[in-house]
Amino acid sequence: MADPSEMTEHPEPLSYPIRRTCPYALPDGYRELLDRPTPSRIKLPSGKLAWATTRYEDVKAMLGDNRFSSDLRRPGYPLMMDHQVPPPEFSTSLVGMDPPDHTLARRAVAGDFTPRSINRLRPRIQEITDEYVDRLLAGPRPADLIDAFANPVPLLVICELLGVPFADREFFLRTSYILMNAGTPEAGAHATAELMGYMDELVTSKERVPTDDLLGRLAARRGEPGVPDHRDLVGMAFMLLMAGHETIANVVGLSAMLLLERPELRRSLTADPSRWPAAVDELLRYFTIAEIANSRVALEDVEIGGVTIAAGEGVLGLTVAANRDPKRFPDPDAFDIERVDRSLAFGFGAHQCLGQHLARTELEVTLATLFARVPELRLAEPVDALRFKEYHVNYGLHTLPVTW
Amino acid sequence: MRIRTDPERCIGAGRCFLAAPELFDQNDHDGTVVVLVDQVTGDALEGARAAVDDCPTRTLSLTEG
Repeated sequence: MADPSEMTEHPEPLSYPIRRTCPYALPDGYRELLDRPTPSRIKLPSGKLAWATTRYEDVKAMLGDNRFSSDLRRPGYPLMMDHQVPPPEFSTSLVGMDPPDHTLARRAVAGDFTPRSINRLRPRIQEITDEYVDRLLAGPRPADLIDAFANPVPLLVICELLGVPFADREFFLRTSYILMNAGTPEAGAHATAELMGYMDELVTSKERVPTDDLLGRLAARRGEPGVPDHRDLVGMAFMLLMAGHETIANVVGLSAMLLLERPELRRSLTADPSRWPAAVDELLRYFTIAEIANSRVALEDVEIGGVTIAAGEGVLGLTVAANRDPKRFPDPDAFDIERVDRSLAFGFGAHQCLGQHLARTELEVTLATLFARVPELRLAEPVDALRFKEYHVNYGLHTLPVTW
Repeated sequence: MRIRTDPERCIGAGRCFLAAPELFDQNDHDGTVVVLVDQVTGDALEGARAAVDDCPTRTLSLTEG
């Protein structure tokens, strides 16, 4: 393993996470890393060093290379904090697995997340969206779009996907809200335990009486290759909640903010809804709200972008920077829905976001519906007065006051 | 050019289907790639190249012949 003290050209490694200073421009720290000729080291909150890849081709090469492991428990894996090593009883189902085991496990659920399967959910996503636009319009002005719309819609879509009974949805929304907004580690741990307990009961009920939803179908297929056992299914249900809630809410909020500042673009999208998928792809690139899942540990020495990442060293694929790499995306700070290349917003490699088609569909439906039904929607506060999640794992807005 | 697959790598991400639905489909059961047209020329080649480039697991490749 290379000695970090040999890295003399940048004696003070940049600290990670890098502060997101502006919602529209690439933050300075990312710019500095992207401008360097080769991947360099960053300092994690744990105090440990890890490699950072930032150029589009480097990030893609790293994430697409199975010589980098996603096993969170493997020594050298670049966790933000040392205490984040998952306890043995906690299933890291899918997220922490490597091929070939991962390939089988992923295929066991992939059929439920294809564009075709997700399209079957679209009418329900539309109904849920319409219901929350109704509630928004019936409520007070100004309203917080995050609280009133961006948060509850993805949560109810997760309920739909998992098959959470209607009677439990109030509890589910309330507990997820507490988890996402926990003021103390104790409050967060309490909400996590409550939701894990709930998922355990939910999976048990699906095992008894399989229903026609993701958990029910997987429970009924128990024993097939790659199909999760009870513990892994509980872990997966919780993972889907974590991965599919705040992330989407953040992109909905940021996207609404951007589009509310661009009346012409908004009107052209409402006039020609067939352009929404392209707009969503560009919104995903532009905001790239999450990249922490692109963390890996090298299983052997691998050369990436001119440096050797030694076996046992951690590496991060910083897609926030890669999605603004001018070599791949000309004039990268311009918001341009005519771009043809898809970005790395959903990651790359075997762990590319399982829910990417669901996320795209939710973004399309929520944004298209919101602007079609409330054409007079406007920001109730200027963008520079808004509070952003500048240091959070997932970038987004705390609140988005709107009126109409 | 011919589209080749390394089926063991496929995770059913569906990016090929998004890039070129005229060339690729997905198995309903596990999402894995189904190549609809394996010999590609002309305009279809562009879609095939985009799909190869965007395949997250390098399941797809293009070869001569």
